Amino acid sequence: MNWKTPRTGGLAALAAVILLLPLALANNYWYEVAILIGINAIVCVGLNLLVGYAGQISLGHAGFFGLGAYGSAILTARYGWPSAAALVATTAGVALLALLVGRPILKLKGHYLAMATLGMGVIISIVIVTEDRLTGGPDGMSVPAFTLPGLSLAGERTWYWITGIALLAAVWIALNLIESPAGRALRALHGSEVGAQVSGVDATRAKVGVFVISAVFASFAGSMAAHYSGFITPGKVGFFHSIELVTMVVFGGMASTFGAVIGAATLTLLPQLLTVLKEYEMVVFGAVMIATMVFLPRGFLPSLMLELKKNRK
Amino acid sequence: MNTPQLRVTALSKAFGGVLAVDQVSFDLAPARVNSIIGPNGAGKTTLLNLLTGIYAPSSGTVAFDGADVTGLAPHQLAARGMARTFQNPQIFFNMSALENVMVGRHLRERSGWLAAMLRSARLKTAERESRAEAAELLRFVGLGEYLDAEADAMPYGALKRLEIARALGGKPKLLLLDEPAAGLNQTETQAINALITRLAKSGVTVVLVEHNMRLVMGVSDHILVLDYGRKLCEGTAEHVRNDPKVIEAYLGSAEQAAC
Amino acid sequence: MSAPLAQYLLTGLTIGAIYALVALGFAIIYNASHVINFAQGEFVMIGGMATVSFASLGLPLLAAIPVAVLAAVAVGLALEKFAVEPARGASVVTLIIITIGASILLRGLATLVWDKNLHSLKPFSGERPIELAGATILPQSLWVLGVTLAIVLALGGFFGRTLTGKAMLAASHNRLAAQLCGVNVRFVLLLSFGLSAALGAIAGILIAPITLTSWDVGVMLGLKGFAAAILGGLGSGAGAVVGGLALGILESLGAGYLSSAYKDAIAFVIILAVLFFMPNGLFGMKSTERV
Repeated sequence: MNWKTPRTGGLAALAAVILLLPLALANNYWYEVAILIGINAIVCVGLNLLVGYAGQISLGHAGFFGLGAYGSAILTARYGWPSAAALVATTAGVALLALLVGRPILKLKGHYLAMATLGMGVIISIVIVTEDRLTGGPDGMSVPAFTLPGLSLAGERTWYWITGIALLAAVWIALNLIESPAGRALRALHGSEVGAQVSGVDATRAKVGVFVISAVFASFAGSMAAHYSGFITPGKVGFFHSIELVTMVVFGGMASTFGAVIGAATLTLLPQLLTVLKEYEMVVFGAVMIATMVFLPRGFLPSLMLELKKNRK
Repeated sequence: MNTPQLRVTALSKAFGGVLAVDQVSFDLAPARVNSIIGPNGAGKTTLLNLLTGIYAPSSGTVAFDGADVTGLAPHQLAARGMARTFQNPQIFFNMSALENVMVGRHLRERSGWLAAMLRSARLKTAERESRAEAAELLRFVGLGEYLDAEADAMPYGALKRLEIARALGGKPKLLLLDEPAAGLNQTETQAINALITRLAKSGVTVVLVEHNMRLVMGVSDHILVLDYGRKLCEGTAEHVRNDPKVIEAYLGSAEQAAC
Repeated sequence: MSAPLAQYLLTGLTIGAIYALVALGFAIIYNASHVINFAQGEFVMIGGMATVSFASLGLPLLAAIPVAVLAAVAVGLALEKFAVEPARGASVVTLIIITIGASILLRGLATLVWDKNLHSLKPFSGERPIELAGATILPQSLWVLGVTLAIVLALGGFFGRTLTGKAMLAASHNRLAAQLCGVNVRFVLLLSFGLSAALGAIAGILIAPITLTSWDVGVMLGLKGFAAAILGGLGSGAGAVVGGLALGILESLGAGYLSSAYKDAIAFVIILAVLFFMPNGLFGMKSTERV
């Protein structure tokens, strides 16, 4: 194994961070933050494949996250399904939905694509809020713990390790895809769609494929979030959270899987730190969003790499 | 000829009220170098875009190797053995030169997603072979020095050849080049000339849209002349050079351009 | 015409006029800069809230309204200067995030300057509903329709006949060519943001007496205005107006006959349906990619 390649080096570094982080986590609150970071990171790694590598836009990915969360929640809480079955069914359901809506949506480009994904996300969140007999409406609903035969997965420590392993798996899968012929085709689409098409890449099929994968990542993370918190609300399903996710990906640097993880970490941490500012939180968060995009348009990680390269010369 | 490799019948394309290509018909034999020439605005690039599926024709048919391919999408035509380059090279600047060429092999690679995500061992071997073949192609078009280069660090002339290398990656039967010599100097043009001849000798049918008359007359087995979207004349270089209609079309345009 | 249908149509027309004004704001800024200003809804909010503030300070409506509009225009100019201009040439996603960040910032400021409560504005000419075609219409609705019509006509004249307006259109079609012809593109950009802010603010002031106003009234209005602009085809002023009116009417009809719980979703279902069949909107410029 070549430790020097960005891939193995990065995976090793991530594994090390996950292993050693508990030493720095003082109490349950910080464990919770770490788990939240991990969950957001999984969504962002998937979203980054769509936005960063394939060059598409999605302003509605919180919708998939929400479907994953509410799908698992409803099947287990209202219908008594076993958690694993609910997880599989929910993930498959979201994949199918993404496949069906993906095809017409991804024929669109630019702002029209942005609007379509936005609309999709808003519709999902409105449905979730309105069908309150199933979902508990704006007040949310409680979710039973994730159980496997003889085992109930609950508690901050347990979920920390589950999230850590899931994140490592997500990053590994994403890296594999990027470095494969399929991944190359996606990057080619981003580079020049017509150039890729004449090389034999079925643009729509490729875009739908990566859309479905990113939806599955988001849905899985949503299911995890639901079982971990034991309670879900529509707060994480709407337009605002979709924008948070995209901002995390862009901030971390598009076309960078590890960047997506860093972006998720930074922008999950930020609101936690900003709560001390109380009523100034929104103003500062908005200002930070503007400032980072104005001064670091390529994202944090690529700008950092560029600076390091310059200094090395 | 027996079965022409490409048979175009009454192909037309209208954009709004403008008939860019008007009832064009011709046959192309395999393994020859064919050129499409004509004054600016004659519809050459539009014709090329029609043949390669970028535009859908308003009417008419295209048959490739005997099969009707009218209206097929670019990636479907690529699967049947058609490849092309563009006037403005459509290079993937977000990738390396080698990776650009590897994309050309897309249809010959294992592009299954599940295997990709789980990183099967077969994939790793296939990747190695893919890189090797891509490197070979880079050398074939004379870009051996750019084996480790990033696409965005390469000069314009090299990019045109890079696109050809990518197009060759799919082992095409028919290669269509849109102004391969545009923007190139004398030496680079000669290199393109030699490359085209090499390709035709190796069995690839080449179709060239070009303005550079020296290149066209020197390398072509067959020339098609377009004017105002219509076929003006076709034949050998000798035949076309002396056709009065062709001379008028070019001289006429030159006069207008001089104003 | 049946009474409920007439009622739905009138309500829909009223809210549609507001959507049209917001959509026009999107279209004007998009034409000048190819930026989708997700903070457009906040101009609506500022218009309404500022008027409420100034009115409560004692200013008569006739004075409070222009001052509020000016305040919104100032915010629009600041937005262009400090958030959009520094990011010239950035990618579509980056610009989207910037304007959304601005919208969050503005809403945060709104909670600081004002509060999180709902506020009402006195209707311009009384509250007694008027009978029309078997339905009732508020006088304020007539104000909405009248002012919107006047604005649309005025803008039509501005873009069609004045030199500045034509310069703005030229810059939207081909920035470089316009610059070479002496059009001050920077000024055009500022003007477009100022104009859009004014349009948004006026919309907010017009509708506040009917639907109340608050710090986050701009969010849904902004998103629906965007949908209306896309419906009509991004970049088309006429499209924005038609899109807005169509969206308002269809939403009202849908809420009345199908489901009032899903009223907000109707606009987005419509836009998705339209985009699936007409990827460039109703009047959008279908541009053939030249390769």
